[in-house]
Amino acid sequence: MLKVIQNRREQGYRTTNYPKEPITLYSRYRGLPTVHQECDKELARQCAEACPQQAIDADKMLIDIGRCTFCGQCEIQSQGELVTFSNNFELGTSSREALFTSGSLPALAEHSKQHFKSLFGRSLQLRQISAGGCNSCEADTNVLGTPFFDLQRFGIDFVASPRHADGIHVTGPISNNMKAAVLSTYEAVPSPKVVIASGCCSISGGPFWGSKDVVGDLNSLIPVDLYIPGCPPHPMTTLHALLHFFK
Amino acid sequence: MDNLLQIQNGQAVSRADIPDLDFTVFQQTVLDATLHGGFIVQFFAYEDEQSMLKLIAVIRSGLKLYVAGCSLAEEYPSLTPQCEKFHMFEREIAEQFGVRPKDHPWLKMVRYHKNYRGKEDIFGNDYSQDIPGNYPYFTVDGDAIHEVAVGPVHAGIIEPGHFRFQCAGEKVFSLEIQLGYQHRGAEKLLEQAGLPRNRLPIIAESIAGDTAIGHSLCHSQAIEALANLEVHEGAKIVRTIALELERIANHIGDLGALSGDVAFNPPLAYFGRIRGEFLNLTLTMAGNRFGKGLIRPGGIAFPVLAEHRQIMRNKITDETPGLTNVCDLLFSAHTVLARFEHTGTVSRDIAEKLGLVGYAGRASGLPYDSRITFPTEAYDQVESNSNERTVGDVLSRASVRREEIMHSLQAIPKLLAKEVDAEPISVPPSYTLAPDSFVVTINEAWRGEVSHCLLTDKEGSILRYKVKDPSFHNWTGLAMSLRNQGISDFPLCNKSFNLSYCGFDL
Ligand code: SF4
Ligand code: SF4
Repeated sequence: MLKVIQNRREQGYRTTNYPKEPITLYSRYRGLPTVHQECDKELARQCAEACPQQAIDADKMLIDIGRCTFCGQCEIQSQGELVTFSNNFELGTSSREALFTSGSLPALAEHSKQHFKSLFGRSLQLRQISAGGCNSCEADTNVLGTPFFDLQRFGIDFVASPRHADGIHVTGPISNNMKAAVLSTYEAVPSPKVVIASGCCSISGGPFWGSKDVVGDLNSLIPVDLYIPGCPPHPMTTLHALLHFFK
Repeated sequence: MDNLLQIQNGQAVSRADIPDLDFTVFQQTVLDATLHGGFIVQFFAYEDEQSMLKLIAVIRSGLKLYVAGCSLAEEYPSLTPQCEKFHMFEREIAEQFGVRPKDHPWLKMVRYHKNYRGKEDIFGNDYSQDIPGNYPYFTVDGDAIHEVAVGPVHAGIIEPGHFRFQCAGEKVFSLEIQLGYQHRGAEKLLEQAGLPRNRLPIIAESIAGDTAIGHSLCHSQAIEALANLEVHEGAKIVRTIALELERIANHIGDLGALSGDVAFNPPLAYFGRIRGEFLNLTLTMAGNRFGKGLIRPGGIAFPVLAEHRQIMRNKITDETPGLTNVCDLLFSAHTVLARFEHTGTVSRDIAEKLGLVGYAGRASGLPYDSRITFPTEAYDQVESNSNERTVGDVLSRASVRREEIMHSLQAIPKLLAKEVDAEPISVPPSYTLAPDSFVVTINEAWRGEVSHCLLTDKEGSILRYKVKDPSFHNWTGLAMSLRNQGISDFPLCNKSFNLSYCGFDL
């Protein structure tokens, strides 16, 4: 018992005051990219060609952050002339189109569906479905339950049964072998329900795009309400998206 | 061992130098090796340029590594009845290539997908049907027997898999684990003709995200060997530190989860937060909490300089005392020890028969640690570690993790103290792979031995890309640990192994 008290004192109170106080992530974290419109077209084409995810549109000078794994190669290759990554973790959007970006995203709070706010604003229970990803998305969703983030203080929680859930939070490129389970879990959630695609896998297939063994796009199976990009999304990206979309 | 070619971890050899044995000689040779202290690192099939089916075995024995090959017929006598280590490998080959290992005692699908050759399915599955397909489970008969089925979707935020228990009351007689739900076709994608080369590291680091460093190291070392790329000393140090940070973060997380599973909540909360601090250290180098993007063939993608070393040093100094105390809190609580001790025991004998690796193996008294046996990167500068409790129960697996955390916490500052700056490689990378070559790479990632094996054709294109996650060996260990245990001990046993679903499913 004494050790419990000693450790409690030593560990102290560690929960962040976000969103009341902002959080700054270490500068090397790659968040929202800016595509510099004045960049030389040839260089832009080279970077687009070399992008492993084919996420760069050199004609329109956009990055599809629903495909991008934030590997950072284009920034290094262009020495920041084409792309620079900021440490802004606010990446969630309510439409797939908005993820094609040159550096600004629509304010999530204004674009979220108002009925979701009134339905789930005070209490949101989600069923997480892991469907063919690499488990980093799941891991960085799980940490929202640790004391630093303490997701439950916002009335948001992940629950075991889809029957108790208000929606699903899907990670992974939906392997063919998980397709049936994703659909039946979705069906088991009572309506009205919300669908969240988290990580570039569930948005576009992520690193596994083009594989015959994955569906590659959650939206082709069920309509997605909220997109959370990243590989994986930083826990702050998820936290920001949930708070702004539902609160 | 006379028929085997001795090779080095991460050194390319010409495919022509790999002994091409007669099947019966091959069979006798690999059985001799694996029945007398040798372990399977890789055992897989591939189609050569003439569409001939070939088999490759990479075996480790003591400090040595060997390879041999042979031609593979459509049907061959299974090795599993004589040596259990082949059990899952033979099933995998049957699934991937439609080849039947005759008299295999438990011939079932591994991941549920069509075979690569368009042959008739060995398991009688129709793949236009969704999983679970044609899959009879092992059953125990009797009036008092009941069956418990769990998954694929589990209660928490966790990967999918199906668990089938045969129980009498609370007691589990048998657990069968069916995976495959996470199968993304990673190997096929890695060897897909014309796949842009720079997709390879992105796929490799997503084979198992909690082992992103382990898998990307194996991948990069294989490419470096085949393309003859030199890696700078500083980059090697950074890559070693990254692998150790990955180990620390995962072990801390699991100790927390184990604590939560026996309803002792303070360590769960503390470990949960501290794990984040170590993920953030990886982010300091990689810009990503799992180290994605950091390791690339030829070195690392981002500079790691004095500033980053200082952040790491400070954080480790700050966190070590608290972490040590939380470990002490967990391991000195009687209620915890009572639940950990003698739960989920895997004897040394069983562990050896199955070929368990990593902490699961070490906790059962198999000391193999490839950081020592086949050192890569800067591991020649890292001292070996030893384990006190190795009786194969949950407490052993938990204690081994604690010892490994402490060992890594000492190793990292020593590597940082070398004060070597690490400059990034130039992008986009360009390299050509040696034609007609073979390479196998091994690294001791946090769960144990990760291995990638590449074969190139005469143009230097990837002919076969074989990935093996330690989980491929160890899932059977978890199933065995449940024998005669209470079913309520499943979460505890499961967490003590914490195996990868996607690393297994590929
Ligand atoms: S950071 Fe994104 S856009 Fe840039 S190269 Fe990597 S995947 Fe492509
Ligand atoms: S988006 Fe990236 S981190 Fe998430 S599951 Fe896919 S590969 Fe893993």
